[in-house]
Amino acid sequence: MKKFDLELAVGFFLLIGIVCLGYISIKLGRLELVGVKHYVVYADFSKAGGIKPGSSVEIAGVDVGRVRSIALDKDYQALVGLEIEEKVKIQEDAIASIRTKGLIGESYIEITPGASDKFVPKNGKIRETESAIDIEDLIAKYAFGKV
Amino acid sequence: MIERFLRIVGSHAISVLRTMGHMLLFLLNALYFVFTPPFKHRQLLREIRFIGAKSMTVILLMGSFTGMVLALQIFYTLRKVGSEAMLGPAIALSLIRELGPVLSALTITGRAGSALTAEIGIMRITEQIDALSAMALNPVRYLITPKIVAAIIVFPLLTSIFDVIGIYGGYLVGVKLLGLSSGTYFSEMEHFVDMQDIRIGLYKALTFGILVLWVCCYKGFYTGYGAEGVSKSTTNAVVMSSVLILISDYVLGSFFM
Repeated sequence: MKKFDLELAVGFFLLIGIVCLGYISIKLGRLELVGVKHYVVYADFSKAGGIKPGSSVEIAGVDVGRVRSIALDKDYQALVGLEIEEKVKIQEDAIASIRTKGLIGESYIEITPGASDKFVPKNGKIRETESAIDIEDLIAKYAFGKV
Repeated sequence: MIERFLRIVGSHAISVLRTMGHMLLFLLNALYFVFTPPFKHRQLLREIRFIGAKSMTVILLMGSFTGMVLALQIFYTLRKVGSEAMLGPAIALSLIRELGPVLSALTITGRAGSALTAEIGIMRITEQIDALSAMALNPVRYLITPKIVAAIIVFPLLTSIFDVIGIYGGYLVGVKLLGLSSGTYFSEMEHFVDMQDIRIGLYKALTFGILVLWVCCYKGFYTGYGAEGVSKSTTNAVVMSSVLILISDYVLGSFFM
C-alpha cells in the first residue's frame, strides 16, 4: 500500500505539471506540436514598420498564419515571408497590408482576398501590398495642412 | 598594520575561493552519477514526491493569490490610463517571465530545501553517511544525485502550475470581480505572450532548481558539528539559496531580453 501511495503521488504531480506546461506552451506560446501544414509566400513592402517574425497574418480578421522572416531585398524593399496554413489559398490579386490593432496596438498583416482564379503558388509572391501607415507622418501632414 | 589588513583580506578570499571550488566539485560529482548506472529510480521517485508533489498545495496557494493581487494592482494602475484591456498580458507576462519561476523557487527553498539540508545534516552528524560508505553505497549517488535530478524535473513543472493557477487567479479577480470581459482577458494574453517568454521562464526554473538543490545539499553534506551546526547550515542554505535565486534571476533576465 505504501509503495502504491508513492507512485500515485508522483504520477499525479507529474500529470498536473505536464498539463500546465502544455497549456501555457500551446495556448499562450502557440507551440505547434501536431503541425498544421504551412506554405510560404512572400510580399514586398516599402515599409515594414512594426512587423516582427511571429506577427499574425489575418484574412477577414481570422488568424491564418504568421510572419516568418523579414529581410531587405535588392530594391531596398522589405521582403516579408508569410507562413500560411495549407488549406488557405490566396488569389494572385490579393492585397497584403500592414495594419495595427487599435491606435497603438501591435502590427499584423491583413490579406484582402482578390477575385482572380489563379492562386499564389508556394514561395510565390503577393504583388499587391500596402505598407504600414505611419501615424507620425499622418499627424505631420495634418499639422502642416497637406491632407 | 597594512600587512595585517592585507593578510585578512587574502585569507578570506582564499577561503571563499576554496569553498566555491569545493562546491563545484561536489556538483560535478553529483552530476557524474546522473549518467553512470546503477540509477536509483526508487530514490528519484521519493524525491519527486517530497520536493514536487508535497509542495503542490503551497504552490497552488501562492500562485492563486499572486495572480489575484497582480490583477487587483495592475487593474488599478491601468484604469488610470484607460487601458484595462492590457490586464491579461500584464499578468501573464509578469507571471511567466518573472514571478512564476522566482516565487515558486523561493517557496520550494523554504519548504523542501531547508528540510533537505536538515535531513542530510542530521545524517551526517549521526554518521549515517559514513555508514552508507561503509556499506559500499556511494552517499553522493544515493542521496544527492536523485535530489538534483528530481529538482530538474520538478521545478519547471511547479513553475508552470504556478503560472496557470496565477493566470486563473487573475481571471477570477479581473473578470469576475472587476468586470473585464473574459474574451479580452484571454485573447490579449494570447497575442502578447510568445514562446520566447515561456522558454525564458522555464530556463529560469531549471537554473533555480539546480541552484537551490546544489546549495542545500552541499550545506547539509558538509555541515558543522552537533545540533547547532545543522541549524546553522540550514539557515545558511536557505539564505544563500534565496539570495542566489534573486541574483541569478536578474542576470538571466538581462541575458535573455
